[in-house]
Amino acid sequence: MLQPQILDYGSMMDQFPEFQRLKKGISRLMSAIDVPYCPDFTAVNVWSGQDDAVITAELPGIDPGKLDISVTGNILKISGSREPEAVRNGDGYYRRERFCGPFTRTLQLSFQADAARVDAKYEKGILQITVPRAESDKPKKIPVRKD
Amino acid sequence: MENKSEQVPTAVSPAAPQVRWMRDAKRYIPPVDVYETADNIILVADVPGADEKSIDITVEKNVLTIQGTVEPVAFKDHKLSYLEYDVGDYYRSFTLSGEIDREKIAAVVRDGVLHLTLPKSEQMKTKKIAVKSA
Repeated sequence: MLQPQILDYGSMMDQFPEFQRLKKGISRLMSAIDVPYCPDFTAVNVWSGQDDAVITAELPGIDPGKLDISVTGNILKISGSREPEAVRNGDGYYRRERFCGPFTRTLQLSFQADAARVDAKYEKGILQITVPRAESDKPKKIPVRKD
Repeated sequence: MENKSEQVPTAVSPAAPQVRWMRDAKRYIPPVDVYETADNIILVADVPGADEKSIDITVEKNVLTIQGTVEPVAFKDHKLSYLEYDVGDYYRSFTLSGEIDREKIAAVVRDGVLHLTLPKSEQMKTKKIAVKSA
């Protein structure tokens, strides 16, 4: 017999974000099978401001010179590669949990970016990209004339 | 998030340094690689956001502990609109075998990656035994 709370519509709705998260997790896991990079590696956070967005990504142990960051319209693309440890012949691994290999992340921003003023810095393994909003994309205030 | 980092000093009493880890912060287990070379055991850990000042490595009896503190970041006049990773402290401990020379453990952190070199003690190193002809 069904528990009465299962039929309670309100509590079902409370579980909805959790189902969504589970579904996303499973599809991500499945998509990773035939993809040559780890889709989780470049985990990114996006901070939105009035006139720009700050994107931070945890990328420990990357040569910043080999990172490829490009901005086209409202698309930001970060790609690069993390080299494995220089292990010589005869050395053996006990544990291997860190990701290595090529990765790409593409983000869609909520505005058109000013590609010329994009700034990126890399410190303590964290990449921070500041993408300013293009002047032409900013909202214009329209004054109301009085006739 | 700014409030969170401001709360930290009040939560920690200077008289009780041992309760340093009662911080209002999440604690993560850093992923590690461990491999063995001829002379050393190398431990590599990903600790993005931590640097040489914020990482503590201790060896007590035969337990090696890595602790790292990372302050949460916040950008002025910005709000977090998309989150894939969370910022927190790092903590992981390992049991050392008797073959590690505890006095000579060396640690280097660069670009958020911690490299620990655990030298093997002299008697544990691989020795080649020369075969003489009789």
